[in-house]
Amino acid sequence: MADTSGTTAAGRRLSRARPGTMRLIDALGYRLPLAGVVSILHRASGALMFVLLPFVVWLFDVSLTSEVSYERFTSAYLAGIGVVPAWAVKIVTLALIWAYLHHAIAGVRHLWMDATHSVTKEQGRSSAIVTLVVSIVLTLALMGKLFGWY
Amino acid sequence: MSVNYGSKRVVVGAHYGLRDWLSQRVTAALMALFTFVLLAQLLWPGRPLGYERWAGIFSAQWMKFLTFAVIIALAWHAWVGVRDIWMDYVKPVGARLVLQVATIVWLVGCTGWMVQVLWRL
Repeated sequence: MADTSGTTAAGRRLSRARPGTMRLIDALGYRLPLAGVVSILHRASGALMFVLLPFVVWLFDVSLTSEVSYERFTSAYLAGIGVVPAWAVKIVTLALIWAYLHHAIAGVRHLWMDATHSVTKEQGRSSAIVTLVVSIVLTLALMGKLFGWY
Repeated sequence: MSVNYGSKRVVVGAHYGLRDWLSQRVTAALMALFTFVLLAQLLWPGRPLGYERWAGIFSAQWMKFLTFAVIIALAWHAWVGVRDIWMDYVKPVGARLVLQVATIVWLVGCTGWMVQVLWRL
Protein backbone atom coordinates (compact mmCIF):
# COMPACT_ATOMS: atom_id res chain seq x y z
CA MET A 1 0.00 0.00 0.00
CA ALA A 2 1.82 3.08 -1.26
CA ASP A 3 -0.60 5.72 -0.06
CA THR A 4 -1.84 5.30 3.50
CA SER A 5 -2.86 8.88 4.14
CA GLY A 6 -6.50 8.34 3.15
CA THR A 7 -8.51 5.27 2.39
CA THR A 8 -11.34 6.89 0.43
CA ALA A 9 -11.25 9.26 -2.54
CA ALA A 10 -12.67 12.02 -0.35
CA GLY A 11 -10.16 11.15 2.34
CA ARG A 12 -7.27 11.37 -0.12
CA ARG A 13 -8.53 14.76 -1.35
CA LEU A 14 -8.81 16.00 2.23
CA SER A 15 -5.35 14.67 3.10
CA ARG A 16 -3.86 16.52 0.14
CA ALA A 17 -5.70 19.71 1.01
CA ARG A 18 -4.97 19.50 4.74
CA PRO A 19 -1.96 17.23 5.33
CA GLY A 20 -2.09 15.46 8.66
CA THR A 21 -5.86 15.57 8.88
CA MET A 22 -7.35 12.25 9.89
CA ARG A 23 -11.03 11.64 10.30
CA LEU A 24 -12.79 8.68 11.86
CA ILE A 25 -13.58 7.24 8.41
CA ASP A 26 -9.85 7.29 7.58
CA ALA A 27 -8.87 5.77 10.90
CA LEU A 28 -11.32 2.89 10.37
CA GLY A 29 -9.44 1.94 7.18
CA TYR A 30 -6.45 0.78 9.20
CA ARG A 31 -6.12 -2.66 10.74
CA LEU A 32 -5.61 -2.05 14.43
CA PRO A 33 -2.84 -4.05 16.16
CA LEU A 34 -3.96 -6.06 19.22
CA ALA A 35 -2.46 -3.50 21.59
CA GLY A 36 -4.64 -0.93 19.80
CA VAL A 37 -7.72 -3.14 20.23
CA VAL A 38 -7.05 -3.37 23.99
CA SER A 39 -6.52 0.39 24.09
CA ILE A 40 -9.78 1.40 22.40
CA LEU A 41 -11.69 -1.21 24.43
CA HIS A 42 -10.12 0.28 27.59
CA ARG A 43 -11.64 3.61 26.62
CA ALA A 44 -14.98 2.11 25.52
CA SER A 45 -15.34 0.04 28.71
CA GLY A 46 -14.56 3.09 30.85
CA ALA A 47 -17.14 5.16 28.98
CA LEU A 48 -19.73 2.39 29.37
CA MET A 49 -19.20 2.21 33.15
CA PHE A 50 -19.42 6.00 33.35
CA VAL A 51 -22.77 6.02 31.52
CA LEU A 52 -24.15 3.11 33.59
CA LEU A 53 -22.85 4.45 36.92
CA PRO A 54 -26.35 5.34 38.24
CA PHE A 55 -27.44 1.72 37.65
CA VAL A 56 -24.46 0.48 39.67
CA VAL A 57 -25.25 2.96 42.46
CA TRP A 58 -28.88 1.83 42.39
CA LEU A 59 -27.74 -1.80 42.81
CA PHE A 60 -25.47 -0.68 45.68
CA ASP A 61 -28.42 1.17 47.24
CA VAL A 62 -31.12 -1.52 47.04
CA SER A 63 -28.76 -4.37 47.94
CA LEU A 64 -27.53 -2.63 51.12
CA THR A 65 -30.23 -0.37 52.49
CA SER A 66 -32.62 -2.90 54.07
CA GLU A 67 -33.90 -6.44 53.82
CA VAL A 68 -36.98 -5.13 52.00
CA SER A 69 -34.87 -3.28 49.43
CA TYR A 70 -32.65 -6.37 49.11
CA GLU A 71 -35.74 -8.17 47.80
CA ARG A 72 -35.96 -5.55 45.04
CA PHE A 73 -32.31 -6.28 44.24
CA THR A 74 -32.85 -10.02 43.84
CA SER A 75 -36.17 -9.59 42.02
CA ALA A 76 -34.43 -7.36 39.44
CA TYR A 77 -32.68 -10.53 38.27
CA LEU A 78 -35.74 -12.78 38.63
CA ALA A 79 -38.65 -10.58 37.54
CA GLY A 80 -36.98 -7.48 36.07
CA ILE A 81 -37.25 -3.81 37.01
CA GLY A 82 -40.61 -2.27 36.09
CA VAL A 83 -41.07 -2.77 32.34
CA VAL A 84 -37.46 -3.95 31.88
CA PRO A 85 -37.39 -7.78 31.76
CA ALA A 86 -34.91 -9.77 33.88
CA TRP A 87 -32.95 -10.96 30.83
CA ALA A 88 -32.27 -7.34 29.84
CA VAL A 89 -31.07 -6.56 33.38
CA LYS A 90 -28.75 -9.56 33.10
CA ILE A 91 -27.40 -8.45 29.69
CA VAL A 92 -26.63 -4.96 31.06
CA THR A 93 -25.01 -6.53 34.13
CA LEU A 94 -22.96 -8.81 31.89
CA ALA A 95 -21.78 -5.79 29.88
CA LEU A 96 -20.73 -4.15 33.17
CA ILE A 97 -18.91 -7.28 34.30
CA TRP A 98 -16.95 -7.40 31.02
CA ALA A 99 -16.26 -3.66 31.17
CA TYR A 100 -14.97 -3.88 34.75
CA LEU A 101 -12.74 -6.89 34.00
CA HIS A 102 -11.33 -5.53 30.77
CA HIS A 103 -10.75 -2.06 32.23
CA ALA A 104 -9.10 -3.43 35.39
CA ILE A 105 -6.85 -5.92 33.59
CA ALA A 106 -5.87 -3.41 30.89
CA GLY A 107 -5.13 -1.00 33.76
CA VAL A 108 -2.89 -3.53 35.52
CA ARG A 109 -1.17 -4.00 32.13
CA HIS A 110 -0.39 -0.26 32.14
CA LEU A 111 0.98 -0.44 35.70
CA TRP A 112 3.12 -3.43 34.69
CA MET A 113 4.44 -1.57 31.63
CA ASP A 114 5.26 1.48 33.78
CA ALA A 115 6.95 -0.53 36.52
CA THR A 116 9.05 -2.81 34.31
CA HIS A 117 9.49 -0.57 31.24
CA SER A 118 7.98 -3.35 29.12
CA VAL A 119 7.24 -1.17 26.13
CA THR A 120 8.50 -3.06 23.07
CA LYS A 121 6.14 -3.98 20.23
CA GLU A 122 6.39 -7.68 21.11
CA GLN A 123 5.63 -7.09 24.81
CA GLY A 124 2.73 -4.85 23.83
CA ARG A 125 1.31 -7.59 21.65
CA SER A 126 1.78 -10.47 24.08
CA SER A 127 0.38 -8.52 27.05
CA ALA A 128 -2.58 -7.45 24.88
CA ILE A 129 -3.32 -11.12 24.14
CA VAL A 130 -3.14 -11.95 27.88
CA THR A 131 -5.49 -9.04 28.66
CA LEU A 132 -8.06 -10.14 26.08
CA VAL A 133 -7.93 -13.83 26.98
CA VAL A 134 -8.13 -13.34 30.77
CA SER A 135 -10.92 -10.76 30.60
CA ILE A 136 -13.00 -12.85 28.18
CA VAL A 137 -12.51 -16.13 30.08
CA LEU A 138 -13.46 -14.50 33.42
CA THR A 139 -16.46 -12.80 31.77
CA LEU A 140 -17.69 -16.15 30.40
CA ALA A 141 -17.20 -17.80 33.82
CA LEU A 142 -19.28 -15.08 35.53
CA MET A 143 -21.80 -15.18 32.68
CA GLY A 144 -22.50 -18.82 33.55
CA LYS A 145 -23.04 -17.84 37.17
CA LEU A 146 -25.26 -14.87 36.23
CA PHE A 147 -27.49 -16.94 33.96
CA GLY A 148 -27.56 -19.87 36.40
CA TRP A 149 -25.87 -22.42 34.13
CA TYR A 150 -24.00 -23.93 37.08
CA MET B 1 4.52 24.38 26.34
CA SER B 2 7.88 26.14 26.28
CA VAL B 3 6.32 29.38 27.48
CA ASN B 4 3.71 28.81 30.18
CA TYR B 5 3.21 32.23 31.74
CA GLY B 6 1.67 35.58 30.88
CA SER B 7 -0.62 35.57 27.84
CA LYS B 8 0.81 32.17 26.75
CA ARG B 9 -0.19 30.43 29.98
CA VAL B 10 -2.19 27.22 29.41
CA VAL B 11 -5.49 27.70 31.22
CA VAL B 12 -7.60 24.87 29.81
CA GLY B 13 -7.34 21.14 29.25
CA ALA B 14 -5.32 18.48 30.98
CA HIS B 15 -2.53 19.25 33.38
CA TYR B 16 -0.04 18.00 30.81
CA GLY B 17 2.16 15.88 32.94
CA LEU B 18 2.84 13.93 36.02
CA ARG B 19 -0.13 14.87 38.18
CA ASP B 20 -2.95 13.31 36.16
CA TRP B 21 -0.81 10.35 35.14
CA LEU B 22 -0.02 9.65 38.78
CA SER B 23 -3.52 10.29 40.15
CA GLN B 24 -4.99 7.93 37.53
CA ARG B 25 -2.63 5.16 38.71
CA VAL B 26 -3.00 5.77 42.44
CA THR B 27 -6.82 5.82 42.24
CA ALA B 28 -6.73 2.68 40.05
CA ALA B 29 -4.50 0.85 42.53
CA LEU B 30 -6.85 1.77 45.38
CA MET B 31 -9.87 0.43 43.45
CA ALA B 32 -7.97 -2.77 42.60
CA LEU B 33 -7.12 -3.23 46.29
CA PHE B 34 -10.78 -2.67 47.22
CA THR B 35 -11.83 -5.30 44.65
CA PHE B 36 -9.58 -7.91 46.27
CA VAL B 37 -10.62 -6.96 49.81
CA LEU B 38 -14.31 -7.29 48.87
CA LEU B 39 -13.76 -10.54 46.96
CA ALA B 40 -11.83 -12.05 49.88
CA GLN B 41 -14.77 -11.33 52.21
CA LEU B 42 -17.30 -12.72 49.72
CA LEU B 43 -15.36 -15.91 49.07
CA TRP B 44 -14.45 -16.48 52.74
CA PRO B 45 -16.32 -19.54 54.01
CA GLY B 46 -19.21 -18.67 56.28
CA ARG B 47 -22.92 -18.06 56.30
CA PRO B 48 -24.68 -18.29 52.91
CA LEU B 49 -24.57 -15.04 50.98
CA GLY B 50 -27.71 -13.00 51.65
CA TYR B 51 -28.68 -9.59 52.92
CA GLU B 52 -27.23 -10.03 56.41
CA ARG B 53 -23.81 -11.10 55.26
CA TRP B 54 -23.66 -8.55 52.41
CA ALA B 55 -24.71 -5.64 54.64
CA GLY B 56 -22.44 -6.95 57.38
CA ILE B 57 -19.41 -6.55 55.11
CA PHE B 58 -20.13 -2.85 54.61
CA SER B 59 -21.18 -2.24 58.22
CA ALA B 60 -17.65 -2.63 59.56
CA GLN B 61 -16.19 0.79 60.22
CA TRP B 62 -12.86 0.00 58.52
CA MET B 63 -14.77 -1.16 55.41
CA LYS B 64 -16.76 2.10 55.37
CA PHE B 65 -13.50 3.98 55.69
CA LEU B 66 -12.02 2.11 52.71
CA THR B 67 -15.22 2.22 50.64
CA PHE B 68 -15.55 5.97 51.14
CA ALA B 69 -11.98 6.49 49.91
CA VAL B 70 -12.74 4.25 46.91
CA ILE B 71 -15.88 6.23 46.05
CA ILE B 72 -13.81 9.43 45.93
CA ALA B 73 -11.08 7.64 43.94
CA LEU B 74 -13.69 6.37 41.46
CA ALA B 75 -15.11 9.85 40.84
CA TRP B 76 -11.65 11.37 40.42
CA HIS B 77 -10.51 8.54 38.11
CA ALA B 78 -13.68 8.77 35.98
CA TRP B 79 -13.33 12.55 35.75
CA VAL B 80 -9.77 12.33 34.37
CA GLY B 81 -10.74 9.55 31.94
CA VAL B 82 -13.95 11.06 30.61
CA ARG B 83 -12.37 14.51 30.34
CA ASP B 84 -9.67 12.94 28.15
CA ILE B 85 -12.38 11.50 25.89
CA TRP B 86 -14.01 14.93 25.45
CA MET B 87 -10.63 16.56 24.80
CA ASP B 88 -9.79 13.97 22.13
CA TYR B 89 -13.06 14.01 20.21
CA VAL B 90 -14.86 17.28 20.92
CA LYS B 91 -13.04 20.30 19.51
CA PRO B 92 -15.52 23.22 19.81
CA VAL B 93 -14.77 24.90 23.13
CA GLY B 94 -18.43 25.59 23.99
CA ALA B 95 -19.58 22.01 23.45
CA ARG B 96 -16.58 20.72 25.38
CA LEU B 97 -17.32 23.01 28.33
CA VAL B 98 -20.95 21.87 28.42
CA LEU B 99 -19.90 18.19 28.34
CA GLN B 100 -17.27 18.69 31.03
CA VAL B 101 -19.72 20.46 33.31
CA ALA B 102 -22.31 17.72 32.69
CA THR B 103 -19.65 15.11 33.53
CA ILE B 104 -18.89 16.82 36.85
CA VAL B 105 -22.60 17.07 37.71
CA TRP B 106 -23.09 13.38 36.82
CA LEU B 107 -20.13 12.25 38.95
CA VAL B 108 -20.84 14.52 41.92
CA GLY B 109 -24.48 13.37 41.95
CA CYS B 110 -23.56 9.68 41.83
CA THR B 111 -20.87 10.21 44.49
CA GLY B 112 -23.35 11.84 46.88
CA TRP B 113 -25.81 8.99 46.38
CA MET B 114 -23.14 6.32 47.06
CA VAL B 115 -21.92 8.15 50.17
CA GLN B 116 -25.50 8.41 51.47
CA VAL B 117 -26.04 4.65 51.00
CA LEU B 118 -22.75 3.89 52.72
CA TRP B 119 -23.02 6.13 55.78
CA ARG B 120 -26.63 5.50 56.70
CA LEU B 121 -25.88 1.77 56.93
